Amino acid sequence: MNMSRRFFITLTGAAGIAWEHVLAGTPEISPNYKITDHWWAMLIDVDKCIGCGNCVRACAAENNVPEGFFRTWIERYQDDEHIQDPLVDSPNGGMNGFLPRAAGTGLTGNGVKEFFVPKLCNHCADSPCTQVCPVGATFTTPDGVVLIDEKYCLGCRYCVQACPYGCRYIHPEKNVAQKCTLCYHRITKGLTTACCEACPTGSRQLADLKNPNDPIHEFMKKHSVQVLKPQMATGAKVYYANLDGSVR
Amino acid sequence: MNRFKDSEHLLRVVGVFLVGVTLFLCLRAWFVPKSFGEFGHYRGDSLAEIAALPIIHAGHETCETCHTDVLEVKKAGKHANVNCEACHGPQAKHADDPGSVKPLLPDTSVLCARCHEASSAKPKWFPAVITAEHSMGMPCNTCHTSHSPKIQGDKK
Repeated sequence: MNMSRRFFITLTGAAGIAWEHVLAGTPEISPNYKITDHWWAMLIDVDKCIGCGNCVRACAAENNVPEGFFRTWIERYQDDEHIQDPLVDSPNGGMNGFLPRAAGTGLTGNGVKEFFVPKLCNHCADSPCTQVCPVGATFTTPDGVVLIDEKYCLGCRYCVQACPYGCRYIHPEKNVAQKCTLCYHRITKGLTTACCEACPTGSRQLADLKNPNDPIHEFMKKHSVQVLKPQMATGAKVYYANLDGSVR
Repeated sequence: MNRFKDSEHLLRVVGVFLVGVTLFLCLRAWFVPKSFGEFGHYRGDSLAEIAALPIIHAGHETCETCHTDVLEVKKAGKHANVNCEACHGPQAKHADDPGSVKPLLPDTSVLCARCHEASSAKPKWFPAVITAEHSMGMPCNTCHTSHSPKIQGDKK
């Protein structure tokens, strides 16, 4: 008889815990935002980027990015017909634009071409960074954005190493991993990202792949589009138009 | 009860085990946030937390609800697709309280050069000048109007 009472108490305790889980309910993001109706991506036309740094400044202001760290940045490439490694520089993330290279430091020759490549988190569908997180602090949301739960992050830096695109950093004071959120606080309210808002030439375009009326579908039909490091099969969702093969 | 006489010590172990399991489940329920596992192996509430971060850039649609005159000027010119905050910076605070928060006017001699300073890496279609030769440090709006920069009668 003693045993069965113990059993009863155990069972009711466990059942009570289970029931509380059921009652917990779901939090709402925004009343008109349906999380399963979107699959966010970004389109970047390299031929339109003028390296002004507007996106970098806008991102820093919007997301309170600490100085010296970047959630988006611009790289200036100089490539000599793929004969040698391209010359890449990004002074202060391209935040203040680009001065001409100092004399004698650049590549010279007839085949040399120069261009700007804006970079940010690729919000990979099969992201290496979320797979290595030991505590479930980083994850891909149902609408395709890779986010970090700063309350859960231990700052162990696994994800910083795992990202093949170098998009993550450790916040110097909070000691947690941070990265581009694709302005999740804006896109869930119908706004575009800060970088797209500030881009003067429309080089960057936020895209919703689940929206059949999104201009990205028309663009992809008519243009050649590439992602960075496709050989890594990360399912990157930042699509680059007119991307040169030397870009890594 | 006689049946259990020999195995009573085992039942005691089972009892201790069950208490342990209960304790584990209780502690787990206490420490693991309720929303963990709602969408996947993470805290579901963090989505709403990140979505609730403050908006700093108001967005050009917000600006255009009041500044319709600027919108008309811009529409006719080359800067039609340049959003307000690309030059004026983040203005959500001004949009929330237009009366007391007044944005500063940008210095055109610095601002315009960010985009229009000539550089070998810029795409060929983009209009750019060497500002040192073109304007010699003068503010660009001495001759151009920022919202519709083409000078009347100019070829370009």
